[in-house]
Amino acid sequence: MPTLIFDQSIPGRRGVTIPASGVPERDLLELLGPELLRQSPPELPEQSELEVVRHYTRLSQLNHSIDTGFYPLGSCTMKYNPKVNEAVARLPGFADLHPYQPAEQVQGALALMYDLQSWLGALTGLPHVCLQPAAGAHGELTGILMIKHYHRHHGNRRTKVLVPDSAHGTNPATAAMAGFEVVTVQSNERGLVSVADLKAHLDDQVAAFMLTNPNTLGLFEEDILAISQAVHEAGALLYYDGANFNAILGAVRPGDMGFDVVHQNLHKTFSTPHGGGGPGSGPVAVSERLAPFLPVPAIVRRPDGSYALDFERPLAIGRMKAFFGNFGVLARAYAYIYAHGHEGLRQVSRDAVLSANYLKARLGDAYEVPFAQSCMHEFVMTSDRQKAQGVNTLSIAKRLIDFGIHPPTIYFPLIVHEAMMVEPTETESKEELDRFVEVMLQIADEVRDTPDLVNSAPHTAPIGRVDEVLAARKPNVRWRKPQTAR
Amino acid sequence: MNDMNLKFSKSHEYVRIENRLAVIGISQHAADQMGDVVYVELPQIGKAYSKDEEFGVVESVKAVSSLYSPVSGTVSAVNAELLEHPEWVNSDPYGKGWMLKLEMTSPTELDQILSQEQYDAEVSSH
Repeated sequence: MPTLIFDQSIPGRRGVTIPASGVPERDLLELLGPELLRQSPPELPEQSELEVVRHYTRLSQLNHSIDTGFYPLGSCTMKYNPKVNEAVARLPGFADLHPYQPAEQVQGALALMYDLQSWLGALTGLPHVCLQPAAGAHGELTGILMIKHYHRHHGNRRTKVLVPDSAHGTNPATAAMAGFEVVTVQSNERGLVSVADLKAHLDDQVAAFMLTNPNTLGLFEEDILAISQAVHEAGALLYYDGANFNAILGAVRPGDMGFDVVHQNLHKTFSTPHGGGGPGSGPVAVSERLAPFLPVPAIVRRPDGSYALDFERPLAIGRMKAFFGNFGVLARAYAYIYAHGHEGLRQVSRDAVLSANYLKARLGDAYEVPFAQSCMHEFVMTSDRQKAQGVNTLSIAKRLIDFGIHPPTIYFPLIVHEAMMVEPTETESKEELDRFVEVMLQIADEVRDTPDLVNSAPHTAPIGRVDEVLAARKPNVRWRKPQTAR
Repeated sequence: MNDMNLKFSKSHEYVRIENRLAVIGISQHAADQMGDVVYVELPQIGKAYSKDEEFGVVESVKAVSSLYSPVSGTVSAVNAELLEHPEWVNSDPYGKGWMLKLEMTSPTELDQILSQEQYDAEVSSH
């Protein structure tokens, strides 16, 4: 491992030399006063530009990314990000815009956003769209705040939000952050929402039910129409977590299932960079009754075909982000949508579902698959059998690193012991899927024959087994200058 | 463990009676399932809880879980040392890993929760 940039510091070394100031200097102490000035200078690393470039380039080469290897991280849709997206986002007419330019100077960017909204509205079946949210959880917060304002506007102060026990952790976190009490709904023996338990929890205090469909087990919620009806009969609204939207593109629309609000993850489904490569983007799409509450400004098309920003929305929840969201990400998603077209997007989901079912079928003998029915774009298996042989899921995940494969999501969803959640996505070839299968089968053999090899993995990574417990209990995240002898 | 006269909730908290106070923590089974506990959040002394109300949070390397009071009462003591030593939840849940002591408001609630035998049967059936 390279040392920290702080440890490479040479006192006095500079990357650039700033010329003498051409204007009179003023004393900082005099300008700011002593209470705003620190007593000693910060201990910043001092290095030449070349050494800084080499340091970070070396670090970047230690990273795993979708451009270097398979990344089957469940519920994260780590698909390939086509390079043409980058070319589009870097067009000077987009990249060099300033967010304070008047609308008449940025008609192309507004047209792109308006058109992207239309696509997302068409794909979700919920026609009113806001592109502001900067990530999935931010989109969730936007949607839940709109639901809160909707109920208030109708004179109701509903206090509870329901989430299934298989929900993404962001769902209860979002509801709590928006000021709601979170109530958990049980799954049934098939891994789906128990409609009976849902009905038992529905009353006039429930503001919304948050659901992912397909859910985090990769299973389609077949009772969605009954769920939707029960939720609406109780006067509550239905929220769609779009993390798993890659499973249903162009096949079925959340709006048709009865959802009132959807967030999308452009950085998952629509192939924009993801996993440290952000920023993300989490647009929300809503039904007619929630449309008045969408954040401002809205992008509108005038009768003459030009685009404008509309701030005159009295019921709007306000702004969720400065300016217009992460525009560069929007441009990448737009490029992706137009590269595929409607039929191409349908094929994306078909291939994603086929890939997941292929892996599930081939791994189902060596590892246990708790829910036997066909999966959607991802599936959950357990290493309960391997744990009985003395190797837990964490070690199997670490061993995958030795083969250049990013571990799947582990220990989630919480309702499955020793869970491994695998999402191959549509962008992997059959050869790569087969290689993953061979590696997983080899690891199952190793668990039986040489468990110590798995329990001490990874062996080929720059850093071996990290003490995650110590790191969580006693985190050491601040560099301190080593004490030198005086 | 039977000599401690432990009783359990279905959500895996235990309660034992010590000097007429209800001493509460999580079961060994729950601690084993969670894995290494890294963080515990406990309430302030004087707070009142009704049965099954959330009183705190326990976090392991795998997951975050809510803690629910198996009986109703008012907090008379919390295990402040546990905040510095969350590993005691794994190593000694019924001893050094205790979480809080409650002055019970309805001691008859103890009759409604599981005995050691009933709890063992409950967890082995899953």
